[in-house]
Amino acid sequence: MSKDRVLVARNIVKELGRGAGMVQALKGVDIELVKGELTLLMGPSGSGKTTLLSILGCIMTPTSGTLSVDGASTDELGPEDLAHIRRDHMGFIFQSYNLFPTLTALENVRIALDVRGTHGFKAASRSEEVLRQVGLGHRLMNYPSNLSGGEQQRVAVARAIASSPAIVLADEPTAALDSENGHAVMALLAKIAHEQNRSVLAVTHDPRTLAYADRVVRIEDGLIVGEDRRPEGLDAPEVTDLTKRRKAHA
Amino acid sequence: MILTLAFRNLFHDRVRLAVTLIGILFSIVLVAVQLGLYLGASRMITANIDETKSDLWITAFGAKSFEDGGVLLSSRERHQALATPGVANVTPILVSFSEWRKPSGGSTRVVVVGADAEDGALEPWGLVAGDWEAIKAPNGIAVDETYLSDLDVTGIGSTAQIGQGRVKISALTKGIRSFTQSPYVFMPLSRARQILGYGSSEATFHLVKLREGADPEVVRQALLNRLESAEVLTKQEFTDRSLTQWLFRTGAGVALIGGALLGILVGTVIVAQTLYSSTKDHLNEFATLRALGSSSSYIHKVILAQAGLSAIIGYGLGMTIALLVVFASRSTPLPIVMTPGLAAALFSVTLFMCAISAVSAIVKVTKIDPATVFSR
Repeated sequence: MSKDRVLVARNIVKELGRGAGMVQALKGVDIELVKGELTLLMGPSGSGKTTLLSILGCIMTPTSGTLSVDGASTDELGPEDLAHIRRDHMGFIFQSYNLFPTLTALENVRIALDVRGTHGFKAASRSEEVLRQVGLGHRLMNYPSNLSGGEQQRVAVARAIASSPAIVLADEPTAALDSENGHAVMALLAKIAHEQNRSVLAVTHDPRTLAYADRVVRIEDGLIVGEDRRPEGLDAPEVTDLTKRRKAHA
Repeated sequence: MILTLAFRNLFHDRVRLAVTLIGILFSIVLVAVQLGLYLGASRMITANIDETKSDLWITAFGAKSFEDGGVLLSSRERHQALATPGVANVTPILVSFSEWRKPSGGSTRVVVVGADAEDGALEPWGLVAGDWEAIKAPNGIAVDETYLSDLDVTGIGSTAQIGQGRVKISALTKGIRSFTQSPYVFMPLSRARQILGYGSSEATFHLVKLREGADPEVVRQALLNRLESAEVLTKQEFTDRSLTQWLFRTGAGVALIGGALLGILVGTVIVAQTLYSSTKDHLNEFATLRALGSSSSYIHKVILAQAGLSAIIGYGLGMTIALLVVFASRSTPLPIVMTPGLAAALFSVTLFMCAISAVSAIVKVTKIDPATVFSR
């Protein structure tokens, strides 16, 4: 199993603010992400889940602790090196999609490849390919303003997976979506994890997402307080809650 | 994709784009007009010197310009120069301000240029009517057609009086403008001496033509050793001195260059302001790019591409208007000059201006925290 670990975080501490206003958002978190698995990071507001996601995504640096991505330590790396790691190993999906309003769906995916050094026809055909994978082959030339919320999030998913990253990090991917679109996006993330053998971590507090998880990590007050794993033999999305599934399995 | 994103960002807000382009356009037109006037003035000031076929100029000490040659030289300097090794020919010319008495009354100042074309020194160029033979005819002179109304004459055959002599327009030139706004009046040397009341051997300058293969610097030094009461200048030195006199001692050039700098400054401020506000509006997108792993330089390139596109479009519009202004000024006493070199320089200035304008936006974008993508 250890060879499938793509991200390992050990004793992550993050302090925000200074002096009397300083808050310890993370108080020593250990977490690993492995290939082929959809992990949900759940917790109440202010529990530190977004801070942890930022650190795991090399967007924020921890106050202390170690993080390694694909076996390489990120300690002591500067902003440009961290950007390089994000570029090479990660794809991001944001709660509010963060699409470029002036670019078409195809161009929104292409730009993610462009920053990674893939240009021209190769980038265009790959972008089209992933947009077709997420069911948007008929919306290539549409601007975000002409797409529904669910479609925009699927463009964001396509953008995240276009460069075939080992890790996909999603921040509340279903928060802005209705039930149908929320399920569609989660099914897509599960498919990406399982069929493309990627590690997907989604921060969420949406119970609808539980059905798709291989693993649920719970965080409270900056500490990991529990972890549930999908019992063997149960396939998503037939059940909607891990707790129920565990009971059913027992 | 950098260009695509830059283009879309620019055209996303048409009003702001219009403000940017108007800023660049205003700047380009102002700089083009100021520098075009400077260039035009420089050409006017040095045109007579440029047209001479001399290698060296013998002038009185302290001669300030072609029009202001100071005290007169005598034939002594000419003979001393002719006796100097390496000198092939020494041609006297006379240049002096004088009063042109208009046929219908009143007068205006003109610059009389007395030179003999046969000597190969200086003859009116750009003749559109008449020729040197006509100028040599009794009382014959050449003036530029631009100044006919200023001189209160109609053209060939018109007569007037300069100093002590009557003159008759027997040739017309096109494009010989005077920076001092006192029109040049070309005539043979002897007639110039006569109507100005100068002696038969007096001259304002002696133009020296060197023998083939002679070293100008060696000849110049030899002339300086012989001529105790005169200066010996190369063509370039006399050109520079004339430019300094008219453009800088009078402040005219400083005003023109100052105006051009002001244009660049105003353009830079306007473009910087609009680029900064555009960057601020697109900050979330730049933060997203950063989160997606783009390098800082990628984002800087997007901003610079925006600046570059603004520069290219603004330059195109600005130059169109500037060329219309140049065209409209072609028949005025102070025409604005546009050369390929100046056009290229203006393009460089525009690019530089927009690149500098991008600095504040780049500084802003450099401070982006990609973590903000999770807080929205």
